[in-house]
Amino acid sequence: MNSDILKELRSIVGADWCLDSPADLTAYSYDATPRYQNLPDAVVLPASTEEVSAIMKVAYKHRIPVIPRGSGSGLSAGSVPLKVGIVLALNRMDKIKEIDQENMTATFEPGVITAHLHQAVEAVGLFYPPDPGSMATSTLGGNIAEGAGGLRGLKYGVTKDYIIGLEAVLPDGQILRCGGKNAKDVTGYDLVKLLVGSEGTLAVITEGMAKLVPLPEAKRTALALFPDLPSAARSVSRIIANRIIPVTMEFMDNPTIQVVEEYAKIGLPVEAGALLLMQQDGPESVCEQDIAKMAAICREEGAFDVQLAKDAAEEAALMTARRTALSAMARKRPTTILEDVTVPRSHIAEMVEFIGRTAKKYGIQICTFGHAGDGNLHPACLTDERDEEEMERIDQAYDEIYAYALQLGGTLTGEHGVGASKAPYLEWRMGPVGMDVMKRIKLAFDPYNILNPGKLFGHQTRRRVVVRS
Amino acid sequence: MSANLAPQLMLDEDALYKCAHCGFCLPACPTYRLKKVESATPRGRISLLRAVQSGNLEIEQIADQLDLCLGCRACETACPSGVPYGEILEQGRAALTKVRPLPPIYRFAYNRILGTPGGIKFAGWALWFYQVSGLRWLARRFNLVERLVNQGLAGMERAVPDVPSPIRRSRRPKVYHPKGKPKLKIAFFTGCVSEIVFPETNDNAMKVLAAAGCEVVVVPGQGCCGAVHSHAGEHDVALEQAKRNIAAFEQVEYDYIVNAAGGCGAALREYGRMLADDPEWAERARRFSDACRDFSELLATLDPLPLRPVRGTFTYQDSCHLRNGQKVTAQPRQLLRSIPGAHFVELPEADRCCGSAGTYAITHPEVSDSILHDKVERLKGTGADTLVVANPPCHLEMIEGVQRAGLAGQIQVRHIADVLAEALDPQGN
Repeated sequence: MNSDILKELRSIVGADWCLDSPADLTAYSYDATPRYQNLPDAVVLPASTEEVSAIMKVAYKHRIPVIPRGSGSGLSAGSVPLKVGIVLALNRMDKIKEIDQENMTATFEPGVITAHLHQAVEAVGLFYPPDPGSMATSTLGGNIAEGAGGLRGLKYGVTKDYIIGLEAVLPDGQILRCGGKNAKDVTGYDLVKLLVGSEGTLAVITEGMAKLVPLPEAKRTALALFPDLPSAARSVSRIIANRIIPVTMEFMDNPTIQVVEEYAKIGLPVEAGALLLMQQDGPESVCEQDIAKMAAICREEGAFDVQLAKDAAEEAALMTARRTALSAMARKRPTTILEDVTVPRSHIAEMVEFIGRTAKKYGIQICTFGHAGDGNLHPACLTDERDEEEMERIDQAYDEIYAYALQLGGTLTGEHGVGASKAPYLEWRMGPVGMDVMKRIKLAFDPYNILNPGKLFGHQTRRRVVVRS
Repeated sequence: MSANLAPQLMLDEDALYKCAHCGFCLPACPTYRLKKVESATPRGRISLLRAVQSGNLEIEQIADQLDLCLGCRACETACPSGVPYGEILEQGRAALTKVRPLPPIYRFAYNRILGTPGGIKFAGWALWFYQVSGLRWLARRFNLVERLVNQGLAGMERAVPDVPSPIRRSRRPKVYHPKGKPKLKIAFFTGCVSEIVFPETNDNAMKVLAAAGCEVVVVPGQGCCGAVHSHAGEHDVALEQAKRNIAAFEQVEYDYIVNAAGGCGAALREYGRMLADDPEWAERARRFSDACRDFSELLATLDPLPLRPVRGTFTYQDSCHLRNGQKVTAQPRQLLRSIPGAHFVELPEADRCCGSAGTYAITHPEVSDSILHDKVERLKGTGADTLVVANPPCHLEMIEGVQRAGLAGQIQVRHIADVLAEALDPQGN
């Protein structure tokens, strides 16, 4: 990068927080997505909104790409600097500014770790439900930008349902404030909702405000083991049809059970065809009643074992296993390519079976797990990114999986975002009119395409395949 | 082979590619908490080593990042993918040492003093002489250690307790006998820093094991475990240590090899892996490593110790390598809770490094001090009057921290073996 520009950046953040050594550039060349890596020109770590604004003014003046980044735990290559430029790492802005107990809101900087907000609000009896699998390391800024989901989405919703106010820096350096503490607010376009899930392509989020709910009184967890997939899927449908909305209803297929057990050693039978991890929260009596009903439904649909967690330790062990499913898979093969196709929950069994057949057809290994209650599946392909021939087959298999999900009325990504990895498929889902509206929004915010270029909008669209079930 | 290619060949590509770069290690990493940049994370260092391995970076370009790591291996406990970070770091440092040898003074201290049984013995005597001859008085009076070396070593020097004289050292029995028929035969590993600075902790550990019904032998001819060498990239010297110890322990009969130093224990348990490709040593090393147990780990499997009531509030700081390397966490806590009359409280973030990290407190005094400061703040909050440790370098570091905070009169820092030895009931069986 031009040394005058570096000098300008250094004068904003100080020499310690503008990095351009080969080692530092390498360390910001990736996120948690396999197969995407590219060196930026510089890495800048601002400490305030004003610094972010000043950095954006420099970038705007020189038309330099800026890639906002949190902890780099994203799974769609959203924070990989594919078009070079400046990585804007927001980790130093990590203060929780306010927990307003009267209005039940929390205000925080973007670099706050998701789990730290959980701890802070739960200490005063409040609750921030979104709990993405990476919450121990992910930042709230990243969660907002990607529209992160989590295990509790079915009952409580996801990040977009909780963010009610934002401060963000526009590409030209102007500071936008939108939303706030009002429970009702229809003043103007809902810019907050527009920015949540915009993947760093419209503005840099410098402050967030979330609404909070009361911390549920109790929680009960149950685990049901099934001989096969369809019996588990039928249980999910019947539980919901019985007007029970559990806080989580996590699903794992057999290959997933095997790798999780290998890592977490919590006594899961590795021969089970599928398992459901169900959790209900709320008043003690409601939890008991709902868990008992869910257990009964699972047994009726063919579950060969239904266990209720006896204490907090057992419950934590079961939930930990689910949370670490993704990375536990890395023990089998070096690379795990994790997708998050989502279908209306009535189609889960069809979708999972299709994934299994497709894996077989292309001779690849896919473990499928996910949030059964909300239809958000995580087919994870265990492979080795160094094997190019296998990579080719995997791409073809995922083409079919995406196409089939759309045929079932599903969508490409439930919570990871489009980023770079799904950009070539975006038009399949959005259609030409949707793409056109999106492009016009992008231009209105970012006329020179300097914010996170190469994300959301791909160079070209993959040719859509048609599959028969 | 060109000199530049050598580092690439020393790195295990498969180990590097085990990392899924999920980032779960970030919150566990003490240097990331302090520096807030990705190159100060385990994931960052692995990505840098991958870049070296694939030829995109030279090993010298990542020297600072490799040096900065404490080697606490908290990332391994946080890692869901089983990435052998400790091994990867050692390979990286060994590759770095090939092109950037250690300064001669470190080589001398590591290889000639800590690296030979005679050197360890000599250092113990020399330390005693330094303390009683007036040299210590002189050094402290004129602040010589800080002036000649740095504040890191000076702080450590102030923390070193009075050590026993050579005559008292020579009075250690060769075998510690239990009261009745021995339940187990233990070969005791004494270590280097332990033996130089805390020989009485080793004595106490053996006394406690004897009180628990074990016959304990101090194996002659043993030396340093080699951890200090592995961590500094002196791989070949580390292997020498391993072979010396394996050969020495083959001279006696034992059920277990026990040590009271979390860092040493983790290194001893690595011998099997380190020598796996050496046909002469592989099987012998595996047998040695399989027999290794930490002091607390073994005690927890035996009948309860005969203890008398002790007053006081204890808290416990994990040894990183005992926790993350040997996965021993519950046993020392369980033993402390078993002391009648005493009160045990958890130290918040006991699982995080104290900043000692072997020789790190000397090589990176500022980072180390900052971590230690945090640790002492949390310690104050517990209200404990005794901080219990399980590894000699942590022991020294925490004494230093407590001294510096002006708490030396209020909080004692003691090894778990010393605490248990004092609590032993002389009438008990």
